[in-house]
Amino acid sequence: MMVNKNNDLLNILEMLVETPGPSGSEHLIRTKIEEEIRDYVDEVYTDALGNLIARKGKKAEGGKRVMVSAHVDEIGLMVTHVDENGFARFIAIGGVSPLTCVGGRILFINGTPGVIGMERLEKDEQPSLAKLFIDTGATSKEDSRIGVGDVAGFERPFMNLGKRLVAKSMDDRAAVAVAIEALKTLKETVNEVYFVFSVQEEVGLRGAITAAYGVDPDVGIAVDVTRTGDTPKGVKMDVSLGKGPAIKVRDSSFIADPRVVRWMVEEAKAQGLPYQMEVLEAGGTDGAAIQRTRAGVPAGCLSIPCRYIHSPSEMVDFDDLQQCVSLLTGMLTKEIEL
Amino acid sequence: MNFELLPFVKSMISVAGLSGYEEPIRDVIAPVWQELSDRTWVSSHGSLHAMRYGEAQEPRPKVMIAAHMDAIGLMVTGIDNGFLRITQIGGVDQRILPGQMVTVHASNSGEVVELPAMVVMPPAFLLPKDGSKGSLPQKYLLVDTGLRPKEVEKLVRVGDTISFATEPRELSGGTISGHTLDNRASVAATTVALDILSRRKHLWDVIAVATSQEEVGGIGATGSVFEVTPDFAIVIDVTFANGPGGGGVGSFDMGKTVALTWGSCDHPALYEAMKATADEYEIPVSRDFAPRGSGTDAYDMQIAKAGIPVVELGIPLRYMHTPVEVVSVRDIKRAGRLMAEFISDLPLDFMNNVKWE
Amino acid sequence: MARKVENAKKYSPKLGKKELELLTRLSNALAVSGDEQEVREIVYEELKEFKDCMHTDAMGNVLVNREGTGNDRVRVMLAAHMDEVGMMLTKEDGDGLFEFVVVGGVDPRQLVGKPVIIGRKHIPGVIGAKAIHLTTKEERERELKVETLRIDVGLNGSNLVEIGDRATFATSLAVLGPSLRGKALDDRLGVFNLIQLLKNAPENIDLLATFTVQEELGLRGAKVAAYHFDPDIGIAMDSTPANDLPDFDGEENTRHNTKLDGGPAIYLMDGATIGDRRLVKWLTESAESEKIPWQYRQPGRGGTDAGAIHTARAGVPSVSVSVPQRYLHSAAGMVRIDDVLNTLKLMHAALLRLDKNILNPQERK
Repeated sequence: MMVNKNNDLLNILEMLVETPGPSGSEHLIRTKIEEEIRDYVDEVYTDALGNLIARKGKKAEGGKRVMVSAHVDEIGLMVTHVDENGFARFIAIGGVSPLTCVGGRILFINGTPGVIGMERLEKDEQPSLAKLFIDTGATSKEDSRIGVGDVAGFERPFMNLGKRLVAKSMDDRAAVAVAIEALKTLKETVNEVYFVFSVQEEVGLRGAITAAYGVDPDVGIAVDVTRTGDTPKGVKMDVSLGKGPAIKVRDSSFIADPRVVRWMVEEAKAQGLPYQMEVLEAGGTDGAAIQRTRAGVPAGCLSIPCRYIHSPSEMVDFDDLQQCVSLLTGMLTKEIEL
Repeated sequence: MNFELLPFVKSMISVAGLSGYEEPIRDVIAPVWQELSDRTWVSSHGSLHAMRYGEAQEPRPKVMIAAHMDAIGLMVTGIDNGFLRITQIGGVDQRILPGQMVTVHASNSGEVVELPAMVVMPPAFLLPKDGSKGSLPQKYLLVDTGLRPKEVEKLVRVGDTISFATEPRELSGGTISGHTLDNRASVAATTVALDILSRRKHLWDVIAVATSQEEVGGIGATGSVFEVTPDFAIVIDVTFANGPGGGGVGSFDMGKTVALTWGSCDHPALYEAMKATADEYEIPVSRDFAPRGSGTDAYDMQIAKAGIPVVELGIPLRYMHTPVEVVSVRDIKRAGRLMAEFISDLPLDFMNNVKWE
Repeated sequence: MARKVENAKKYSPKLGKKELELLTRLSNALAVSGDEQEVREIVYEELKEFKDCMHTDAMGNVLVNREGTGNDRVRVMLAAHMDEVGMMLTKEDGDGLFEFVVVGGVDPRQLVGKPVIIGRKHIPGVIGAKAIHLTTKEERERELKVETLRIDVGLNGSNLVEIGDRATFATSLAVLGPSLRGKALDDRLGVFNLIQLLKNAPENIDLLATFTVQEELGLRGAKVAAYHFDPDIGIAMDSTPANDLPDFDGEENTRHNTKLDGGPAIYLMDGATIGDRRLVKWLTESAESEKIPWQYRQPGRGGTDAGAIHTARAGVPSVSVSVPQRYLHSAAGMVRIDDVLNTLKLMHAALLRLDKNILNPQERK
């Protein structure tokens, strides 16, 4: 059974990372997720901003309404201009670094593939997005299959390195896969669990802001990736790949509610799972949006260690993923004491 | 007074009249000066001359009052997609240009059409690297007339002048603000002097000159000295007032004084005589130092022909060469009165006193 | 998705004497973010007929709930901001000279050598600069910082204004051939167009007109207004830069954002909002079917009130439509009259076609 479950998680992850869905253009990925979870939930709907919201369970005696949020969107590009020769200029959707763009391949939502080229740089000049352009093979503006407003995601195949997995949108499809697995695994619970597959996280947690208002939860957990400090001359950070789920204490968007942190730690201990405490000095998650909803919601974040975030080759550890599923499922099953 | 000072000043700073293109301002001054003088005429350089004959027998000595009337401004150097590229006439700090309201004097259709417009700063991404931030070089600035490119091509040609279009506004404490108060404030003071003299006896001939092309180097004033050959001349221009960007030596309290220049362009005897008049009539004056020569018509007039003695007055002005220059109307009146008192007191043999030791 | 419009009253807005007079009053009014009273007064005066369904909220937004008469009416929130960027006097230096700070995004380079007006009485003042004669070449190559500039109201001017007063450029609206040149056209054009839309509102919708405050300080007014209305859809009516000037080296200008004469600018994405694709499609289809010129605003940064509206409560599908304008946030912007009227025309035509099917989830693409 364990093997099958692993394969399921792996298959879902591969499907998720190979479906494009830059912020604001999540319809393809949302449809895929809805198909995947429909049979396992009591209710599923899409809200005004496009968040996919699935409910499992009904609040029972001692239960709480819990919002679990994993964002389905990824960083991407939007065309701003197609010039006379068919080259397209673009801006970033979310935090795209020009350094990881050069020579990259992209796929438009409308199916058009393209590559990214760069203007000549002067001495000591750093590349900027304004210096980059998309070449779709068009020879003129008329010949181009893309126009202003067309959206593209980065294109890179899923790569299974055994224990480690690499893809372009592990942020945050790895978390979406974890949430889906937890959703499927979750059987009996006193809690009313809303799995929110949120949109527009990469442009400012916008989906989670409205989803949290709509769900009006008693407690919230974001599931997202976090940086690691385990690469050569990398950032100083005490999180590593393969050392278990990271329990967020704070990031630059919010301070996780200490009660939620304790809830996570106790569940990890109870299950005998490895875990790491995470302090992220740059970055934010849906947890911050949930926390500030209405009169305020205790919120935290379950983090998946991930290397090379916002590059086309984001890397996670498969053991970490499975342990995250286990931790999350356990947390949601029991009565929650904050 | 026969003429009203404030409306006159306002009408003068509501028109163009860039160096070499003084017709619009000359047309505003001429009718007023005609009323206050015996005869007016225009010099070959376009300066306006107004003669008040003296009471004495001919040949009478002659004093000239010179106040330049020309304005700094811009000129069209090219047309690019309906936008105008520009250069400047006179000294304009490039930092005051972005966002200024201007008038383009468009001449391509055969007659001059005045087009309201503004100076604009293109976004940095359209400019080479040195135009991305900081003070934007003038060569990158454009003028937008609001007209579509075809219409612009039809009306405007390279070489058309562009004047500032800031409207005159009265500020607090009897001050006035607008463009080209340098040096129309002095033209106004000269007019005040003419007005007073029109009700006074004066032995000397008085020739008031609204000079052309001062901002590009005393062109009009030099020609007028040649033509009129005065015994001496009073040059009146604006000087720096205390306030933001001013202060210290060579800067004066606005509304409180007239500057009297002491320097290489100014005959010491004339300075002393003017100072004595000021003291006698209790007109507050301050000494302005110009040891290396001043940047006024005096610099060129002093060495015109065989050379003439010159004395210079200055009206304190804030924000010189911006379209929001500020002067005190009281200072204008004060300078006018000082010149009138000085001239009406001139004895026939006054030049005997204007000597070197 | 759009309803059929048959025998609909054709609406062809014009900029006649009356309209130009209103626009002039709006443009010349002084309403720096946080003190929008002058514009609020004009809005109230113009919209007397709506006095029973109009109120001012806690922040100063003017909200008009103009209900239609049809069935299944969509509740549409239209927002135009009343505030403008400007200055506030902060310290007196004596003798009518005041230090000041800027409010909203004003490039300090636009301040130098400008006439200004201060306070409710529009007291005249100027921002001067050092005489060029006293500057060095190196000095002229450096930009002037706001801290070094002063607002000068003239001698003995200290009694006329006080610190805390707001100030703005003393620019009067002018017609330049096919264009308008004026200050605060961002977003008084939106205010103007929203007033016109209210007066000619289609019956098939509930028009929740919102004249917002403090947009320039971070979409603050729209946030609470959207919470109040909780609309079905939200549209910000604003103004957006037309950076359609020529490249100095003659290269193709690929970052114009919008172009004058291009018609209303429909937003796909800016720094605050990703426009709802269903609404984008509805607007572009409305423009096409009515033969109104339109353009996409190039996706980019910046933000409109839609940024606050779409994240209100449980979310509001939102989009922005702007009048393209050159030189925003300076002494004067420049717009084409045709673009202003076409924006109004598009909004009216689109609202007429609007029904609940617009929010069909299947149309999300």
